[in-house]
Amino acid sequence: MPERETIVISGVGLASPNGNSLPEFRANLLGGVSGVRPWEIRHVGKTLAGVCSFDPLRHQSKKELRRGTRAGSLAVYCANEALADAGVDLGRYDPARVGVYTGITEHGNVETENEIHQVSQYAFDLAYWSHHHNPRTVANNPAGEVTLNLGLKGPAYSIGGACAAGNMGLIHAAQMLLLGEVDIALGGGVSEAIHTFGIFASFKAQGALAAHAEPARASRPFDADRNGIVVSEGGCLYVLERKSDALRRGARLLAEIAGWNVNSDGHDFVLPSAEGQNACMRGALAHAGLAPEDIDVLNTHATATPSGDEVECAAIRAVFSDSPRTFVNNTKSYIGHAMGAAGALELAGNLPSFVDQVVHPTINLERLDPRCELRNLVANEPRKISRCDHVLNMSFGMLGINSALIVRRPRA
Amino acid sequence: MNDSDIQIAIKDIIAQIAPDEDLSQLDPAVRLREQIELDSMDFLDIVMELRKLYGVQVPEADYKELATLDGCVNYLRPKLAGKTLHCAARV
Repeated sequence: MPERETIVISGVGLASPNGNSLPEFRANLLGGVSGVRPWEIRHVGKTLAGVCSFDPLRHQSKKELRRGTRAGSLAVYCANEALADAGVDLGRYDPARVGVYTGITEHGNVETENEIHQVSQYAFDLAYWSHHHNPRTVANNPAGEVTLNLGLKGPAYSIGGACAAGNMGLIHAAQMLLLGEVDIALGGGVSEAIHTFGIFASFKAQGALAAHAEPARASRPFDADRNGIVVSEGGCLYVLERKSDALRRGARLLAEIAGWNVNSDGHDFVLPSAEGQNACMRGALAHAGLAPEDIDVLNTHATATPSGDEVECAAIRAVFSDSPRTFVNNTKSYIGHAMGAAGALELAGNLPSFVDQVVHPTINLERLDPRCELRNLVANEPRKISRCDHVLNMSFGMLGINSALIVRRPRA
Repeated sequence: MNDSDIQIAIKDIIAQIAPDEDLSQLDPAVRLREQIELDSMDFLDIVMELRKLYGVQVPEADYKELATLDGCVNYLRPKLAGKTLHCAARV
């Protein structure tokens, strides 16, 4: 089999509850700044959420904003920011050779709830149901809004992978580049989840919605007092390209894609499986041709549910117990669970470690749950390490979908 | 309620539907779609707003009557008679 061409990341655009660019996001991850705040939503009332503050009008007209969705806005913002960060002039590319792959946990709940609310105000007369409902709720909406905004004509669609989707947007982008289907790909994930009451209500019904008197302390992975998920919105899209193309145009490289794995537990609707996660991590390592001790930073999925964190830690211990150089962290402790955007955002926050060899910590870890003990868990304070060549990013989702993505420090 | 009030109420709706457009120079006798960017989905939004705000039903066969501001005023005058108009644009 011929050697696989290397796929690189040359730009990133993100909207996180605690930052609207990678430098801002990273500074807040190193500074312990949370993006979780009080939030109120129809039928649920007062709760908490990770809320973004990016300016959608930076890249959209008011009409685009009115017509589209929050997920579309997030995708458009991230796509424009990523292209600018990568120094890509789209005018130099065939628009039919540009792909967009937005990982989504779900899409359409927000818009459907809004329409139902609307018609409920008119005795459920469907004459008041908007003609915008279908274009807003189709699964390709976020990627499609990017194509409308940028005039792209290539393959652009969503990757539905529950909360494993952020990684999968990147993975699919890499696959499309390797297949030669596109020359530039925007891949990552988006989430408008805080605007659907259904997600909050369902997590609450499941006993998995976080509550805390201080919003910034609500998301507490691995902590003995963790009590569930903080739902967040966000987006993160990367510019990916073949390394040969990137070098030809003199691009600055943020990372190289080293390997990945996506698998399924085949086990349960909601309960995770250490066995499935274990297989996913090992699959990604095998794909990258790496051993566990080659991984310098491992970003966990942990959402701060009592059982989820415990299962994940068991899976990590099984694979990395003999790997003293692997440092472990978590991003949801700052921003909550950005669903389809989570994997993509969480990877972004760790990319600067290739340059500064600093691992951002997980915050809100005051009393470690003994069932979540992990060697080299970086807690509450950043940790300087001697080298950072590989980052492993893990994301898991309902119905037992797992994704693991390994990126490496760019090689000259 | 006079024709000017009706025109303001219609412009108020259009301002929401086409928020990037300058409506101050609209010629009431010229087709709206020739003056501002307004597509069929926007047009359906205008019809929806008339339904929501004033309970006015515009059957599809009558859409052509709403092509210009003058056309809107003429068509809506009897349908809006006795109703309170929402005219945010006036203030």
